[in-house]
Amino acid sequence: MTPQMLPRPLAAAPRAYNFPRFSRQTLSNGLRVIVCPVHKLPLVTVLAVVDAGAVYEAAGAEGVAALTARLLPEGTSTLDGATLADRFERVGARVETNADWDVAGVSLTTLREQLDEALPLVRDLLVDPVFPEREVERLKAERIAELMQQEAEPRGLADEEFAAAVYVEGARYSRPDGGTRESVECITRDDVVAFHAARYRPAATTLIFVGDVTEAVARELSESLFALWAGAAVADSRGNPNTVQEGSLVRIVAKADAAQSEVRVGHAGVSRTAPDYFDAMVMNAILGGLFSSRINLNLREAHGYTYGAYSTFEWRRAPGPFVVSTAVKSEVTADAVREIVGEIVRMRETAVSESELTLATDYLDGVFPIRYETTAAIASALAMLVVHGLPDSFYDEYRANVRAVTAAHVLRAARTHLHPDRLRIVVVGDANAIGDLDAAIASDGGVRPITDEGSTP
Amino acid sequence: MQIPIVRHQLANGLRVVLSEDHTTPIVAVNLWYHVGSANERAGRTGFAHLFEHMLFQGSEHVGANEHFELVQRAGGTLNGSTWLDRTNYYETVPSNQLELALWLEADRMGNLLPAMTQEKLDTQREVVQNERRWSMDNQPYGTWWERLPQLTFPETHPFHHSLIGSMQDLDAASLEDIAGFFATYYVPDNAVLSIAGDFDADAAMAMVTRHFAEIARGAARPPLATMSLPPTFGGPLREVVEDDVMLPRVFMAFRAPVFGSEAYYAASVCSAILGLKKGSRLQKALVREQQVAAEASAFTYDLAKGADLVVADVTARPGISLDALEAAVNAQLDDLVHGGVTDAEVTRAVMLIETELVAALQSAGERADRLSMFTTYFDDPTLVNEQGARYRAVSAAQVNEFIVVHLAPDNRATLAYIPREGTIADLSVPDDDLAMAGAP
Repeated sequence: MTPQMLPRPLAAAPRAYNFPRFSRQTLSNGLRVIVCPVHKLPLVTVLAVVDAGAVYEAAGAEGVAALTARLLPEGTSTLDGATLADRFERVGARVETNADWDVAGVSLTTLREQLDEALPLVRDLLVDPVFPEREVERLKAERIAELMQQEAEPRGLADEEFAAAVYVEGARYSRPDGGTRESVECITRDDVVAFHAARYRPAATTLIFVGDVTEAVARELSESLFALWAGAAVADSRGNPNTVQEGSLVRIVAKADAAQSEVRVGHAGVSRTAPDYFDAMVMNAILGGLFSSRINLNLREAHGYTYGAYSTFEWRRAPGPFVVSTAVKSEVTADAVREIVGEIVRMRETAVSESELTLATDYLDGVFPIRYETTAAIASALAMLVVHGLPDSFYDEYRANVRAVTAAHVLRAARTHLHPDRLRIVVVGDANAIGDLDAAIASDGGVRPITDEGSTP
Repeated sequence: MQIPIVRHQLANGLRVVLSEDHTTPIVAVNLWYHVGSANERAGRTGFAHLFEHMLFQGSEHVGANEHFELVQRAGGTLNGSTWLDRTNYYETVPSNQLELALWLEADRMGNLLPAMTQEKLDTQREVVQNERRWSMDNQPYGTWWERLPQLTFPETHPFHHSLIGSMQDLDAASLEDIAGFFATYYVPDNAVLSIAGDFDADAAMAMVTRHFAEIARGAARPPLATMSLPPTFGGPLREVVEDDVMLPRVFMAFRAPVFGSEAYYAASVCSAILGLKKGSRLQKALVREQQVAAEASAFTYDLAKGADLVVADVTARPGISLDALEAAVNAQLDDLVHGGVTDAEVTRAVMLIETELVAALQSAGERADRLSMFTTYFDDPTLVNEQGARYRAVSAAQVNEFIVVHLAPDNRATLAYIPREGTIADLSVPDDDLAMAGAP
């Protein structure tokens, strides 16, 4: 029955790949335009990136950035929201508007032949939204419904509690980027209008064209639609979003009869513009970023505690969290936390093996062209350049930079960016079934967390 | 939009579909096995999916965890998934690593069993049980995808039982079950292999032949229990579940013509008119105008055997009761049954679907997966290139024909979730807003 098997084949010679070429231009009003022609399918993505993320919100108005972005397509001075939706959809155009920590984004993906119809509407909603009172109230209520759902959902709750455990109260990063029920309730139409007026300016916006479009056409469209958009550059109103709490902590959020424990272990991480970004990224891939990472192989494949366990650095302009996330069977919660802490400690002790290093670097190098198959993915990659002020050569140099990371660099990154003495541990689960977390952690690596009392939402 | 398609078949029955695209040096390999949860025997619910996990545990020449590692080392992405009537395995790799991907798939198709151990099975059983807890048991509304097929397919039907499986049945799965399932279903004549992306067709076929031609054809497979069903439920179906949720939510399902049939395309367009994006009936009426729903959408299951399902999924706004929500949804359905859809609504739906089709085909993995799908279900990969035309051919009259039969009250199955007593925190919605509920 068993067929004769040939030996494992070796790789053939690789074919060269370049990240798609793109050009830049700045209109007289300060609007920046990036054009990246990709003539593969008759499809175009246009992504407007605006410096209007959650970090610009005033205290008490958390959520106004996301609400403003979502309200953009809900009415302009010439078209109401329903008409606007109809105009986009009858030509099959897909439009999404949202805000994250640093920026707001308006993305349009459409068949090439519909671009002339759809792009003027994008201009209207970006430049000329009117934020009807009724729509403001409706989207607030929808947003509150979403936040209520999140509170009932162990994963969302764990993420929220973790952020609150890492950053000091009042720091923007301590609360969800979309705001809380209380803060969203308090937002008025005036807040939205003011946020739009202050942040949505041509000089704070980059328009990114990707796909079946020429540079000439994209430039002409940008000029004809956006050249008259007026407004001076805006001052940077950001506070310090990332003041961290000191020391370590274990917080149990009791959820009676939970079928699993949602676990978060981590602390404040590092800014996207850190000089050792590539070292930190490769280090994280080995620790918990890949399926074959230490944490996932330990928790899932060796112990069967979980369906998956991952670590990540949340890359923002200011240092976002470093966090290990998993969901485990309640009875093994303490064991799982101990294994996670142990892996973090181990990462700082000795250099990774050559095999572990090359698994990560070969993967990150090889997967590079697979990441940019779609116009939307390329547009997002270009947006990263804009958000973080990375050089235009970033993607051309990416693979060489990954390859240059050594085991010594990884060790240095682990010792610089992982802090077992400052771990913030949050568990959402059945408090009666999860075991003694303090004992589990203290027995390994000498971590002595301060436990605060379990809170019930 | 057309993609190039070439089809071959090996002597052992393996069907091979090739689609070249040299714009990027990457290639997708995709294998569909025509087996899913529908093929499970009584007392072994969840087994097809557990088996899928075991296919990542190594094979005769691939160590435990090595399958993932070898593909990732090659710079590739990979996964697998299990559905009611098929299981797929796929990887996208740099094009110079095509043969590695084929070799890995061939080794597990031809030589899986020597690598299977009780310890691996026990660990993956735990992993799958945790997957069940994570995706269903510990998720608000998470049980819907187990409950909805149970509500809408009769008990004797192969689509009725749980895909993820019960904890007891997962506990009962043994190495003998693995061996039996493998010998029966994981054979070349029950599989389709698709390759899409940057490769030379002759060279690729030589590789496929080299690695797969020796694998023996399977024996006769036991037929599925009777799949065919009456066109409608023949009466309303209903289940109300109390759960740890904050807001009432209703899944309303309609029995529909099977995926790929002439009438399917009208059903799919109807689903888009009902719940695809802001201009759809449910979003426009219930979210925007009446403000009784916080979210609304609709989709099709795309089942190619027995009967398909169209499903509307609507979540209440805070303060809106299940009764009010359901009444509002039913009123929209009744409107459709009595008034039908307009040409403009059909155009909107078809245009949106077409953009999605083109956007999806940008990805080599999606191309390969769709080629495998159309070959598995209809023995015809070129159907990938006909989807746009099939949708454009749908008329308002055809959609209305579908609606009159399939959105009628005797073909509505309602799966509703309501907050368990004590779950709801104080709602900040003033009481007079409640008067809007059920306005129609």
